[in-house]
Amino acid sequence: MIITQKKPADELLAMLEGVRKVAVVGCGQCASACQTGGEKEIAEMKAFLEEHGVEVVGTVLPDECCHKLLMKRELKALKDSGAEAIVGMSCGDGVQTVADNVQLPVYPANNTLFLGQVERVGMFNEYCRMCGDCVLGSTGGVCPITKCAKSLVNGPCGGQKNGKCEVNPENDCAWILIYKRLEVLGQLDKLTQRRPDKGYEAVAYPRHINLREKKA
Amino acid sequence: MSELQKALESGIFAVTAEMAPPKGFGFSEQLEAAQLLRGKVHAVNVTDMQSACLKASSLGLCAHLRQAGVEPILQITGRDRNRMAIMADVLSAASFGIDTVLALTGDHPAVGDCKQAKPVYDLDSVGILHMLSEMEATGADCGGNPLSGGAPQLFKGAAVTPVYEPLFLQINKLRQKVEAGARYIQTQGIFDLDSLKRFLEAVDNAGIKVPIMAGIIPLKSAGMARFMNENVPGIAVPDETIARMAAAAEEGKAKGVKGLPVKLGMEIAAEMIAAIRAENICPGVHVMAIGAERNVPAILEMAGIK
Repeated sequence: MIITQKKPADELLAMLEGVRKVAVVGCGQCASACQTGGEKEIAEMKAFLEEHGVEVVGTVLPDECCHKLLMKRELKALKDSGAEAIVGMSCGDGVQTVADNVQLPVYPANNTLFLGQVERVGMFNEYCRMCGDCVLGSTGGVCPITKCAKSLVNGPCGGQKNGKCEVNPENDCAWILIYKRLEVLGQLDKLTQRRPDKGYEAVAYPRHINLREKKA
Repeated sequence: MSELQKALESGIFAVTAEMAPPKGFGFSEQLEAAQLLRGKVHAVNVTDMQSACLKASSLGLCAHLRQAGVEPILQITGRDRNRMAIMADVLSAASFGIDTVLALTGDHPAVGDCKQAKPVYDLDSVGILHMLSEMEATGADCGGNPLSGGAPQLFKGAAVTPVYEPLFLQINKLRQKVEAGARYIQTQGIFDLDSLKRFLEAVDNAGIKVPIMAGIIPLKSAGMARFMNENVPGIAVPDETIARMAAAAEEGKAKGVKGLPVKLGMEIAAEMIAAIRAENICPGVHVMAIGAERNVPAILEMAGIK
């Protein structure tokens, strides 16, 4: 899931300076789970903006904001609303997909943080950095790219203290987690195998995939 | 050929010191210390923004040291430079005759004094060593393109932390460093010879063959020891040593004499160096005086090293 967090209210109001009428677009997927773009948050946003003199002339809650064709359809509802701008209550992908479909400025209400696990309601942990070259098969299912603050691939640095990371002592050292997991799995030999450096050539962004392309 | 390599290969007890470039552009203090160290040590490590605190570059002070007749060791971390920038610095270093390097992963900017900086870590210590070994072997750069005039031949080293739990991970990474081309190792500061011996035994048992130089940090006070125990990973100053340092401070206070703890710290360091040499525990030592480089010649003299 894409984890988002609400921007500070002042930052949003600064973006909306001089705007009198807006439409608000939420998202039924990740942003709803993150409590940043669901039904309740859209209602709160409407009340907040109107308190600050910005009229909300329409709201939309699509199933998923990151789907271009779906959004084209959903946004038709705002066509004659008179909105001068749109407040996007989704991740950055959703905000841009809205923008791809309208000729209005779209202002993000959220900061997009990470791809994460929902541990339980309202608790999220970063689990994948989408590096494009998954190493989990050799690391006992624990991601060193994400869980090591330096994304080290050849084992730990010297910076751990009592199994905790030098960058944030609340975080476990990823490589100690990997070690413990591989020990349990009887796969410690995987740590002794050299991991060839694949570089970053293959992960130059923005990346695209087209499953319709005919295979050569 | 690297002075350090010559010492280690000829069986002479190798001694290195360590120096940090200034936080600024005046190098006079470092160059004064260099004059004191000249002829007393085989080489001087120049740190690469240690603890992720901004300093003048390692390459800059290395070039100064080289010109002052002191053999420098270029420390390279992966924190601030991608593979291209690292290789570029190594090539420039080689043009100054700097051919001894030490590869480190590097402390994270989050623990340093420029926390806004973007961490790079394109390569870690193992990756840096491997890239440089490939360069030496092929004469090509990090993209596989030929270097004009071929590649410089380096004496490459790495660091290790003997007091580490789980030890498997430290030994495993040491093996990777050696396989990637490390030909000497310097340890984190050691304060108890038994833990050093235990570590070296584990290295032996793992079949890893590389000269390991014991890291020596002369203590300046009991407070410094306690601080390092609390904050520096891999440092474990025994309580007994801390008590001796505290007693020296008390004694100084009672007698109205200054500098007794520093003197004791130097004595303890010298005792350890002498024991490491006498018992043939390590083929050399790496003395990290942390700003007190001018004390290093006296420590070596006390340890009986000429």
